[in-house]
Amino acid sequence: MLASGIKSRPVYGRLTSNPQARSNIMVADAEGALAVLDMVADAPDGFWARTHILYVPGGSAAQDHGAKLAALAPFSWHESPTVPAMLPRLRALLGAARMGTQLYLAGTEPLIGEGIRVAGEFGVDHAGVRTEHRGSLARRVQCVHCKGITESVTMSIVPCAHCGRHLFVRDHYSRRIGAFQGVMIDAEKPGDRPPAEELYR
Amino acid sequence: MSIRPRSSPVRVAEIVPVTPFVKRFRLAATDASPLPRYSGGAHIVVEMRDGGVVRRNPYSLTSSPLHDGDYEISVQRAEVSRGGSVFMHDRVRVGDTLAVSAPVNLFMLDWRARKHVLVAGGIGITPFLAQMAQLSAEGRPFELHYCIRSPERGAYREALERCFPGHVRFYCASKGERLDVTQLVASQPLGTHLYVCGPTPLIDATLEAARAAGWPGHNLHAEHFAAPPSGTPFDVYLQRAGLRVYVGEHESLLEAIEAAGVEVPYLCRGGACGQCETAVLGCDGRLQHHDHWLTTADRAAGRKIMPCVSRFDGRELVLDL
Ligand code: FES
Repeated sequence: MLASGIKSRPVYGRLTSNPQARSNIMVADAEGALAVLDMVADAPDGFWARTHILYVPGGSAAQDHGAKLAALAPFSWHESPTVPAMLPRLRALLGAARMGTQLYLAGTEPLIGEGIRVAGEFGVDHAGVRTEHRGSLARRVQCVHCKGITESVTMSIVPCAHCGRHLFVRDHYSRRIGAFQGVMIDAEKPGDRPPAEELYR
Repeated sequence: MSIRPRSSPVRVAEIVPVTPFVKRFRLAATDASPLPRYSGGAHIVVEMRDGGVVRRNPYSLTSSPLHDGDYEISVQRAEVSRGGSVFMHDRVRVGDTLAVSAPVNLFMLDWRARKHVLVAGGIGITPFLAQMAQLSAEGRPFELHYCIRSPERGAYREALERCFPGHVRFYCASKGERLDVTQLVASQPLGTHLYVCGPTPLIDATLEAARAAGWPGHNLHAEHFAAPPSGTPFDVYLQRAGLRVYVGEHESLLEAIEAAGVEVPYLCRGGACGQCETAVLGCDGRLQHHDHWLTTADRAAGRKIMPCVSRFDGRELVLDL
């Protein structure tokens, strides 16, 4: 029943350094730190000295990836407790940045989605952002009925955190709001719904 | 799919000399129905009937896209003219009727940009006139860098200073002023889009500097202002029509094919849009590509040609037309 072939379903690559970039902004959460650390081998000379790193430990807090990122001696370094708490810092960096700055996003889909959405506010096209997905597959889901966002969704069917409707999570993705679309599953016959499955762990 | 701009008659309502080399033409609808709307950067193809010869030249619309109404174009008298610009300058009178295509925009503003940087060289100012009307009405941050050869060649200079104070900078080569493109691209805020229109060396230098400074390709926009180059005359055989056509020194391959009564789709007539792409069935000689459309691989394969600007040198050229 999972809709396939939906074009808006984002595709992520592997983080590689942009040797042309004059400066870099790198944002990671949880295991995304490992994608950043994997860049060390082929990063050009002086790369980290012109790189800002923002990190949200999230589910990987116990592993202390943050210490390893800080050890790269980036131009600036900041750890935030949550993605929403990190966004003002990202906005400040993007607002002050010049053309020739490369943005990198690594980690969970909500982190990447929020990063791309915020970058868009500054006129940065998503196609120019380098991304790598690591770790949890949990999704941000927007209820198409009440427009409320439900975070960290691993199940489909899932109750909307706002209106309580039971939502089928589609692959249909909105870059503007950085979320997958959830559609009421039992609109025709209330209560007639398939069992929820864990699809996005 | 082939798109061919529908042409409609317009009356020449006004002709104003802008500089010794540039004239502005105001074109009005011949009936009560208004001319189609357009966005900044759009061009029309003007059809001129010069005796038995039909000339079609693309010109950017320089009037403000904010209001319905007449079209304005600005025509520079070409130093080596193939006929079109000289015809417009010397032969067209107020009250004459010309045919124009519907507007087509191949040089659009990207409205997601945080800032717009416009770089014009000479008559390459024309698409920016309409764009700046839109940018300024919307209150979007923008700046124009306008390179001119000498003071008397700075078309619209006073009007630009008056209408967009603080947004325009001029660089007059005869006074030794030069635009430093490297410095220009180094100091722009993230999210800036850059647009360049003018002679090829200016376009190349600007784009190269931007790429070297780490600008992504989708933030860069260029419009080449190239008329089809003249060259040695040659013959072409149109396979499907069964026609042999002579292409003269000062006419383009496309113009010669059209004069023979064979239709080829086009939009820009400047080697940029891809519409006129034509398959080459036989080529005993060398294709002279002048377009900005075909890839290096296309050129190496030698199976395609853009007849609006490209030519041929050799014994025999056969096209799938
Ligand atoms: S008409 Fe546009 S490329 Fe030839």
